[in-house]
Amino acid sequence: MKESISLTWRRIPERYKMIGTRCTTCNSNFFPPRSVCSKCRRKGKIEPFEFSGNGKIYSFTEIHAAPAGFENQIPYVMAIVELDEGTRCTGQIVDATLKDLKIGDRVEGTFRKLLSDDPEGPIHYGFKFRLKK
Amino acid sequence: MAGIVGYGAYVPKYRIKSETIAEVWGEDPNRIQKGLGIMEKSVPAIDEDSATLSVESARIAMERAQIAPDELGAVYVGSESHPYAVKPTATMVSQALGATPNLTAADLEFACKAGTAAMQICMGMVDSNMIKYGLAIGADTAQGRPGDALEYSAAAGAAAYIIGKDDQSLAIIEDTFSYTTDTPDFWRRTKADYPSHGGRFTGEPAYFKHVQGAFNGLMEKMDEKIDNYDYFIFHQPNAKFPKAVAKKLGVPKEKIELGMIVPIIGNTYSGNTPLSLANVLDKAKPGEKIFVTSFGSGAGSDAFSIKVTDKIEEKRKKGYPLSHFIENKEYVTYAIYAKLRKKYKGM
Ligand SMILES: [Zn+2]
Repeated sequence: MKESISLTWRRIPERYKMIGTRCTTCNSNFFPPRSVCSKCRRKGKIEPFEFSGNGKIYSFTEIHAAPAGFENQIPYVMAIVELDEGTRCTGQIVDATLKDLKIGDRVEGTFRKLLSDDPEGPIHYGFKFRLKK
Repeated sequence: MAGIVGYGAYVPKYRIKSETIAEVWGEDPNRIQKGLGIMEKSVPAIDEDSATLSVESARIAMERAQIAPDELGAVYVGSESHPYAVKPTATMVSQALGATPNLTAADLEFACKAGTAAMQICMGMVDSNMIKYGLAIGADTAQGRPGDALEYSAAAGAAAYIIGKDDQSLAIIEDTFSYTTDTPDFWRRTKADYPSHGGRFTGEPAYFKHVQGAFNGLMEKMDEKIDNYDYFIFHQPNAKFPKAVAKKLGVPKEKIELGMIVPIIGNTYSGNTPLSLANVLDKAKPGEKIFVTSFGSGAGSDAFSIKVTDKIEEKRKKGYPLSHFIENKEYVTYAIYAKLRKKYKGM
C-alpha cells in the first residue's frame, strides 16, 4: 500500500494530534474531520478541534488477512472507538489481542508508525489506541 | 539557573529474558545473568521506533510541565537509532506535540549519552534567554548483533526533559561538567546494521575513565562531596559497571539502588541515564540531591548536580510514572523477538 506524499502531509494534523473539526452552531464534533456539518449543512460554522484520544471500545475485530504493508503485524486488532468528545472513529488497538479486550473498555491515544512503504520511502506516523490501565 | 520543569519516561510493553537469548546461542544463562546482571530487556513493538518512543515520553513531560506547546523554543532528540538517516526525528516529535513552527529543532548522536547532551544544550539556551523552554529527549531502539554480548542488553525506551527557569522547576540543575576524548571502544559504521565494540577495551579506558573524569570534575568544580547527595546515577551498560564505578569512587551501594533499572529493562542507550533519572524523580522528596553521570562510547561523560524542589509532588501526580510501563509487560520468544527487531533476511 502506497500513499502519496501530499496526502500524507495533509493528514499530519489529523494523524499526529487527532485534530478533527467542530461545528460551533450545533456543537457537534467530527473525526475524521469534516468540512461541512452533517446536521446544519451550509448553516454550520466549522473549526478545527483537537480530540484527547480518550474513549471506549464500541466494537472490535481481529485482522488475520492484512492489506499489503501490514503483513508483519497480523494478527492485530481494529476497533471502533467511541471518543469522549462524542463521535466514533476506527483505529488499531496496540499491545493487545482479542482475549485482552471487551466492549466498553477504556482506551487512550498512542503515537505509532502506521506504514513505511519501502526501505527508501517515507515513514508514516499517527495515532492508534491502547488499553487504559 | 536552569532546571527540569517537566519530565516523562516510556518503555515498550514487550520483554525478552536473558535466558531465552542464552538458550538460542548455547550460553549458560546463569553466567550471563551473573556477569551482566541483566535478567530481561525491553523490546519495541513492530510499529515503535525512536520517534514514537520520544513522543510517548514527551507527552507525559508536557503534561507535567503545564506549558503550551508553542512555548517550546527548542527540541533536541538524542539517539543512535533515528528512524531516518536524513530527516530529523525532532521534526516528527515537534509536530506531534503541536510545538511547530516557531522553534529550533535537531537530532543528536553520541552513543548512550546523546540525551544528556541534549539537556546541556537546552540548559545553555534557557540560561542565555534564547528560549523560554527546551525539550531534551534520549530515545533508542538499540540493536545488538545476534549472538553478541550486546544482544542481552540492547533495549528500547525514552525519557524526555523540559528545561526551563529554576523558579518553575521540579528539580534545579545546579551545575554540569563533561569529559570527552577520542576513544574507539564502540562504533557503528554508516550502513552497518549492528555496532562493533572493542571487547575488554570498553571497560577501563572507556567507561571507567570517562565516568570518573566527569564525576570528579563536577565534584571539584562545585566543591561538593558524596555525603551531600541522596542518590547517584551512573550510566548502566550492564549492572556490573555502575556498581564497580560507585565502589571505586566511594559512593555507598544503597545510594545507587533506586536508579538501577538495567537489570529489568536492559540498556536503552540514549534513554539509559535519562530513564534512570526519571525513576529517581518518581520517588525523590523535596530538598533531596541527585548526582547523575552519563556515558557515551566514543567517548564522553556528562555529570549533573540536581536538587529536587517542592514542586515535584504536584507535578508528578500527572501522567504515568515509569513503573507503570515497567510493570505492564509481556514476554516474547526469541522467534517473535527476531521478527519484531526485523532480524530475518528479506523483511
Ligand atoms: Zn452543526
